[in-house]
Amino acid sequence: MQYLLLIYSSEAGMAAAPKEAITQMSAAYGAYTEAMKKAGVFVAGERLKPTKIATTVRVANGKTNVIDGPYADTKEQLGGYYLIEVPDMDAAISWAARCPGASAGTMEVRPIWPMAEYMTTYTA
Amino acid sequence: MKAVGSDAARAVAEAAARQSYGKLVAWLAARTRDVAAAEDALADAFAEALERWPRTGVPEKPEAWLLAVARRRRVDAVRRRLTSEAGRDHLKLIAEEAEARMTDEELPDERLRLMFACAHPAIESGVRAPLILQTVLGLDAATIASAFLVSPATMGQRLVRAKTRIRETGIPFRVPERAELGERLDAVLEAIYAAFAEGWSDPAGTETQRRNLATEGIWLGRLVASLMPDEPEALGLLSLMLFAEARRSARRDAAGEYVPLAEQKCAEWDAALIEEAESLLRRAATMGVIGRYQLEAAVQSVHAARRLTGLTDWAAIRNFYDALSVIAGSPVVAINRAVAIAEAEGAVAGLAAIYVLGDDKRLNDYQPYWAARAGLLARLGQVPQAIDAYDRAIGLERDPAVRRFLQGKRAALRH
Repeated sequence: MQYLLLIYSSEAGMAAAPKEAITQMSAAYGAYTEAMKKAGVFVAGERLKPTKIATTVRVANGKTNVIDGPYADTKEQLGGYYLIEVPDMDAAISWAARCPGASAGTMEVRPIWPMAEYMTTYTA
Repeated sequence: MKAVGSDAARAVAEAAARQSYGKLVAWLAARTRDVAAAEDALADAFAEALERWPRTGVPEKPEAWLLAVARRRRVDAVRRRLTSEAGRDHLKLIAEEAEARMTDEELPDERLRLMFACAHPAIESGVRAPLILQTVLGLDAATIASAFLVSPATMGQRLVRAKTRIRETGIPFRVPERAELGERLDAVLEAIYAAFAEGWSDPAGTETQRRNLATEGIWLGRLVASLMPDEPEALGLLSLMLFAEARRSARRDAAGEYVPLAEQKCAEWDAALIEEAESLLRRAATMGVIGRYQLEAAVQSVHAARRLTGLTDWAAIRNFYDALSVIAGSPVVAINRAVAIAEAEGAVAGLAAIYVLGDDKRLNDYQPYWAARAGLLARLGQVPQAIDAYDRAIGLERDPAVRRFLQGKRAALRH
C-alpha cells in the first residue's frame, strides 16, 4: 500500500535554529531518504518552500480569488512529504517515526486512496 | 489513608490501582473467560481510583474499594452502558460472590493464569504483550499503541479481536502442566520482555509512555518470578531486565547525548539493581537448566563486571552468544555475536561474521546491523564502505541523540 507521510514543523523554529543544527538535520534527511530507497519503500519525496511563499486559490460564483499565504494558519506548517510503498500501516508508522521531522515536529500518515478503489466504493 | 500530592506519590497510587485492578480482572475473567466483560464491569471504578487515590491516598483494602465502587455506581446506569449480557453477569458476580469474599480474606492472585491465557499459542504472537499490558495493568489502547508504534485504532481492534478469541475458542485460564510449561512460559516471558524492550529503547526517558513500559515490564517480571520462584528462565528474564535497567541513565551524558556501553561510566550504573540481578542469576544457575534469558543475563553480567575489573571479557561474551545462537538464533543474536568476535579476535573476523548475514532481507531496515557493520568497516579503514553503512544506520534511527552520535562517527571518518 502507498502512504503519504506529511512532515509538519515550526517554520519559525527552523529559521531560528543555529546553522550547525540545520546542517545536521539536512544530513539526517539525506540518510533517511537513502535508507528508504535502499529498503525499496521510497516512491517520491520533496521539501516545500515556506508557507509565506504559498498562494491560495479559490473559485466562488465564477470569481477567482487568489490570496497570499497558506490555506490554514497553524502552529506547525507542512514542510515536506514522502510517498512510500509498504505492506501496511505499521510499517508506515515505523518509517514515519524514523523521519528526522518526527523528532523536530509532527508526522501525519495518510493512506493513499487509489482511484479504482475509490470509484468502486462510491459509484457501486 | 495517607494524603499524597507529589508525582512520586501519584505513581504509588497508580501502581496500587493497577495492582488491584489486574487482580480483579484476572479473578473475574478466570471464572467466565470473558476478559472484555470483566474490564467493562470494572472500568468506571478503575477510572475513579486513578483519579481519586493520588489525592486521597490508597485505601487499606484496594480491591474491596474497587468492588464496592463498581457495585455502587448506579448499577442501572452501568447496565445500560454495558452492551453484553456477559458484562451484566460480571456485575452480578461483583455484587454477590466477590464482595462476600472480600470482607475477610485476600482475593486469590490469578494474574499468572490470565497471563498464560493472553500468551496462549492460539493468540497471535504480536498482540500477546499488548494484551497482557492491557488486562493485567489496565493500560489503555492508545498508550500501548504509541509504545509499539501502531495506530491506536489498529491496536484497539487487535485487542478486541484477541479477547473475543479467548472467549470464543475457550482458551483456558490456567498455568500449564509441567510437560507443556516450557514453551508456554516462553511465550509469557517473551511478551513481558517485548514490553520492557519497547520501553527501554527510549533511553532519554523523555517519552513517559515508553519509559513506563520498561517499568511495567520489570513489574510483570517480578510478579512472574515471585509466582514461579522455581523457574530459572523467569529469574533469568528478571535478572536481564534489571541489568539493563541499571544502566538506563548512564546511556546519556549531561547534555543529553548518547553514550555507548563501552564509554559509560560504571559509577553511574545502579549498583543495587546490579546486585539484585547478579543474585537472581546465581539462583537461576543453581537450578541446572540453561535458557535464553539466563544467557542474555550472563552477557550483561560480564558487561557489569567492568565496574569491578575495569575490563570486559569479550571471549566470555562470545561464548554466551555462541550458545545463544544455538538455542535461540536470530539476526539480533548474530549481530551481537559478530560484535563480540570483533572485540575478542579483531575487526576482520567480526566483519566476516557480519557478512555471512548479508542476504537476510530483514536486515534491510534493521539499524543495529548497519551500525555494527559501519563500526567494523571504519576500524579497518574502509572509509567509503563505512560511510555508506553509517548512512543506512543514520537513516534508520528514530532516536535523535543516537542519530547525532552516528553522524559524529561518520564525520570523524573524513579526517
